[in-house]
Amino acid sequence: MPTKIEKDSITGQETTGHEWDGLKELNTPLPKWWLYTFYATILFAAVWVVLYPAIPVQGWTGLTGWTARGALPAQMDAERARQAPMLARLREVTAEQIAADPELRGFALAGGRVGFANNCAGCHGAGGQGATGGFPSLADDDWLWGGSFEAIHTTISHGVRAGESDEERGIAMPAFLATGMLTQAQINDTADFVLSLSGRSADPAAVTRGRELYAENCASCHGDGGEGNRDMGAPRLNDQIWLYGGDRASVVRSIAYSRAGVMPAWRGRLDPAMINMITVYVHALGGGE
Amino acid sequence: MNQIAPDRPKVAPKPEPSLYASHQKVQPRAVKGRVRNIKWAVLVVLLALYYVVPWFRWDRGPGVPDQAVLVDISHARLFFLWIELWPQEVYFLTGALVLGAIGLFAVTSLYGRLWCGFTCPQTVWTDLFMWVERRIEGDRNARIKLDQGAHDARWWKLKLSKHAAWLGIAMATGGAWIMYFNDAPSVTWAMLTGQASLTVYGFFALFTATTYVLAGAAREQVCTYMCPWPRFQGAMLDDNSLVVTYHDWRGEPRGKPDAAHGDCVDCKACVHVCPTGIDIRDGQQLECIGCGLCVDACDDVMAKLGRDKGLIAFETLKNLAASQAAVAGMAPGPARNAAGMAARTPQKKIRPRTLIYAGVIMGVVALMLGAWMLRATLTLSVERDRAPLFVQLSDGGIRNGYTLKLANKLRGEDLHLALVLDGPQGLHLTVQDAMEDAAGRPILTTRDDGITQWRALVTAPPGLALRDSTSITFRLVDGSGRTLVTQHSAFMGPRR
Repeated sequence: MPTKIEKDSITGQETTGHEWDGLKELNTPLPKWWLYTFYATILFAAVWVVLYPAIPVQGWTGLTGWTARGALPAQMDAERARQAPMLARLREVTAEQIAADPELRGFALAGGRVGFANNCAGCHGAGGQGATGGFPSLADDDWLWGGSFEAIHTTISHGVRAGESDEERGIAMPAFLATGMLTQAQINDTADFVLSLSGRSADPAAVTRGRELYAENCASCHGDGGEGNRDMGAPRLNDQIWLYGGDRASVVRSIAYSRAGVMPAWRGRLDPAMINMITVYVHALGGGE
Repeated sequence: MNQIAPDRPKVAPKPEPSLYASHQKVQPRAVKGRVRNIKWAVLVVLLALYYVVPWFRWDRGPGVPDQAVLVDISHARLFFLWIELWPQEVYFLTGALVLGAIGLFAVTSLYGRLWCGFTCPQTVWTDLFMWVERRIEGDRNARIKLDQGAHDARWWKLKLSKHAAWLGIAMATGGAWIMYFNDAPSVTWAMLTGQASLTVYGFFALFTATTYVLAGAAREQVCTYMCPWPRFQGAMLDDNSLVVTYHDWRGEPRGKPDAAHGDCVDCKACVHVCPTGIDIRDGQQLECIGCGLCVDACDDVMAKLGRDKGLIAFETLKNLAASQAAVAGMAPGPARNAAGMAARTPQKKIRPRTLIYAGVIMGVVALMLGAWMLRATLTLSVERDRAPLFVQLSDGGIRNGYTLKLANKLRGEDLHLALVLDGPQGLHLTVQDAMEDAAGRPILTTRDDGITQWRALVTAPPGLALRDSTSITFRLVDGSGRTLVTQHSAFMGPRR
């Protein structure tokens, strides 16, 4: 610090005593209000650090004990309480009744959309578009286990081949090659016949040979004309929708090694109201019966 | 570095113009006259409009707000007499504001700062606050004396009553603002009984505070330092615009009322009445809001002296220059005055500038009228499903899903409209949960002043070979077969 405060002769203002190449720096302090505001913010910060969890140390919550994480449950509870009366009503009725009531239907479609995105879209895709390889489309008109409100509700509740004790939706197709029930040649012939069910050109001789094999081994589940059987989850074979691909190689592989897609049972995991809401949503995707 | 440099040779300190002027309080004197009367009339009409308009009722039927002018934020509607706008129609409001702006340009190019001097809220409320101040503290000289005197009991009494009156007006102003966004009677009652929402009280406090501060304390500083309009309105003024002007060719040299001097007696009446505290005799200035109070003040003095009025007047700069040229070299006196007045010509109102403004105004008016007349009260929006893009059906057909939103902006009867699909022959249209008419067409129902949502499915049968994207059109047809709305979309399928 300079021992004596020097005044600039031109402006009459005090200098800081700093000089660079003959140029002296004028002492121009911050306005008072600015300075005091600055001090006030420092004071505010000090109080804040004491009261709130401002120090990133495990367990330090500040004197108030408030945390954003701690405040979340209360908000969630309030939201749940707000939805509770509606959810209680959704629990007590069937999906079909929900769909008939515009108020419940609107709520169920919104809630079901979220529930579907969280729980179902991983396999069935956004909007229920499905995917080849065992993930059925829920927006088309083909249903393995039925597309009524009741059937959809049962499928969601029990899953498919989920090892439910009551064996609901538990039936699976045998692997004809692995169990030795058919030889590879017989399987090839059967596949040719299966392809002919959906009107695709195939070897006429093989079709003739396959017809017999199909009637003996497949028709009990898939129907004489390949019309499928929803009670057993046996897909239609005379349409254009193929869960595992409709080319000859895929069909051969299906017969030889079987296909047994699995879907978890959602009862016990999801609130009954949520299962109802997802049922209504899935039914509305476009294929509901 | 830290050493003290030897003093440079002393030079005489130069008085530099300061870049910062500390505020001098403007204490305008009361004035009477023609311009002042016009200003009072404008003030009364505008304030009455502002405070009373929210209380006008307009019957729109049951369940609909009956306030004539209402911005209903919570229901997202703007009510103006018989007009009801939805948020997506805010461009009508934009159009009105554009019209206002260009109207302002046109008026300014013809008559100068009429907006600033007469109708700007800042001017109107400042005028009102000054009137209150004058009633309580007295006129200019009394106020200056009061401010310089001791803070005695009388000072406190006058200051407190003035600020209380100002605060009262400010609260009424802030309160009236709220009423444009809420039902006026019920929100007034709610505010008085402490039942109103924090938002209402918050905005009430905000507009009370701004009125109090801007009209009570800031005043002319708003016009001089804060407002952008004075900065660029110079672009609208030219030599043919009317501006408040001192006829220096007639007034100078100012001084005693004798033969050696011009008509200006340097009484400073024009300075004392000026609400922005300037001297109009210095020429055109940014601070001048064109209120014309100095015109009244000067006319008053000229009348007393038995001289012609109009030494300060609303005048074009073209006339000012013509008069100045005409009297060059002449001695003060009636001959000079006559020569100067004779050089004046009537204001040229039709100029390229005013024609362009008029043209733009007419263009915007035509555009707005056209938009209003073509305004659709029934709109259909079609959103095609993205996931799945299309659905393969068991028979090999392809199906697309669409979300339809049918908005009906009118109130009254619900419409029942048949939905028709125009596209390649064979496409089949169904709408979930919709009734069908005798021809098998889905019937969509509108909702009073609201939106109904529908889910439509369009199916292409197997064998109908379409490209991966085919354009289709949805039409809504009323009972008489007239098409009311058309909306285009696309039908997607696998690549072939």
